[in-house]
Amino acid sequence: MTAGHVQPEFRMLPDYTWESETFWTGGRHGRLMIHRCRSCARYFHPPAPACFRCRSMDVGPEAVSGRATVATFTVNEHTWLPGFPPPYVIAIVEIAEEPDVRLTTNIMDCAVSEVHIGMPVEVLFEQWDDVWVPVFRPVAP
Amino acid sequence: MGAGVPSGRAVSPLEGRAVVTGVGVSAVGRRLGRSGFELTVEACLRAIADAGLAPGDIDGVATYPGPSSPGPGFSGAGAMQVHDALGLRTRWHLGTAETAGQLGPVMDAALAVAAGVANHVVCFRSVWESTAQQGGTRADALRSGPRRMGGSFEWTAPFGAMSAANWVGLLASRYVHDHGLTREQLAQIALTCRRNASLNPLAVYREPLTMDDYLAARMISSPLCLYDCDVPSDGAVAVIISRRASANGLRRPPITIEAFGAGAAERHTWDQRLDLTTMGAHDAAASMWEQTTIRPADVDVMELYDGFSYLALQWIEALGFCAHGDAGRYVEGGERIALDGERPLNTQGGQLSGGRLHGLGFLHEACVQLWREGGERQISKEIDLAVAAAGGGPIAGCILVSLR
Repeated sequence: MTAGHVQPEFRMLPDYTWESETFWTGGRHGRLMIHRCRSCARYFHPPAPACFRCRSMDVGPEAVSGRATVATFTVNEHTWLPGFPPPYVIAIVEIAEEPDVRLTTNIMDCAVSEVHIGMPVEVLFEQWDDVWVPVFRPVAP
Repeated sequence: MGAGVPSGRAVSPLEGRAVVTGVGVSAVGRRLGRSGFELTVEACLRAIADAGLAPGDIDGVATYPGPSSPGPGFSGAGAMQVHDALGLRTRWHLGTAETAGQLGPVMDAALAVAAGVANHVVCFRSVWESTAQQGGTRADALRSGPRRMGGSFEWTAPFGAMSAANWVGLLASRYVHDHGLTREQLAQIALTCRRNASLNPLAVYREPLTMDDYLAARMISSPLCLYDCDVPSDGAVAVIISRRASANGLRRPPITIEAFGAGAAERHTWDQRLDLTTMGAHDAAASMWEQTTIRPADVDVMELYDGFSYLALQWIEALGFCAHGDAGRYVEGGERIALDGERPLNTQGGQLSGGRLHGLGFLHEACVQLWREGGERQISKEIDLAVAAAGGGPIAGCILVSLR
């Protein structure tokens, strides 16, 4: 999908729902789609039919910038899946628009040792069948 | 007293009406080659006999997670399988995973007997992951499952975050960053468990484990190494929860369920909790202390979930034994949590060394210690108050038990 990015041989895929389909397919158009409340204007994740803060049901997905910050990460050293070999970085990132909104994801396209809490990252998408998996990489300096 | 412990009610909502009268455990081990159903029935029959009851006295049955297994061997049996196998005639039953962790059905049973709905409820938890995975690994089990995953796995599996080791590793890493937890401090959970397991004939791992062994072990998911993770085991645990008014004349003095914590104050996810260095444990513990005037300083022994070592640290601070962020310093050196220490931890060896019995083993051991039946691992000083806790991430439940 993206220059310089090498996809692993294999990923598990999401059995997505009515609410989450937009999140997993927004990458088709290069967009990271996050649910937002049109009543209180706050974002939230995972997608749901109501805003957990103000309980409005006037909610829906909106494109965000794709910029985020690493809130925490772990270096997985164990082989869980064929075609997805360790070591790899699993991270929780906070989106720029709403730091309380976090995504569990991978930090890719950099050395494992470069990843740190507070690191600015940006989204890129890997296409797998009908799913565009949002992963992150360091923001280009 | 630790920070954030709410002041409690003068009288617990249970009013002492729910008690533990018996405990039982099946054979425990790696690759026992027996079915989870068989191990479950063995543990239940032992617990019923241990209480001085007969199967005909049992009028309730409760279990976590119920009959269905998300992975091979995660559930040995459902409530109604045991009902059928033992020919029970019940007034109340429950089998569910959507409760306050692995101890949730015990809390529900306590409410049932306190309300007078049932007299004696057999509560059980059984796993046979070691045998059901047929000698393979968790990775083998994952590979044989479907490629599309839903539920909470929808948000983790596409990123190779297949195991709770990853989810716990993420949260532990932030705690290390914010609060300065060292590997040597974290190691005290695994080392303490192993020392205690060496005194427990049922424990799975009993050979000595040193700090050097720990520090040299391979990493699984940073900061968790091999010895921070429990391993699939086979075994079942059962406890009998009785109505106090029905517990007269049984084998032993009943153990009172003083209070339980089932609170859930934030979103039920691993990654959206506002403070990533706390867990559902904090909410559950806070709701437990609201039910009682007993305070953390009164507690003699801690039997805390250690499916991953870091979870025991979370429970220590969540329960108010130290301030938030101080759990590493609390266990530093290991003396405080040793069998002869100020507040012993996981006296049977926890799940790390005792075996992954998945939750109910902690309540079992709390009762064993209060009844002074721990054999070589019995705490020598006088004790009358223990806490058992189970769960990690958003999953959490805790129970305070006493001989008072």
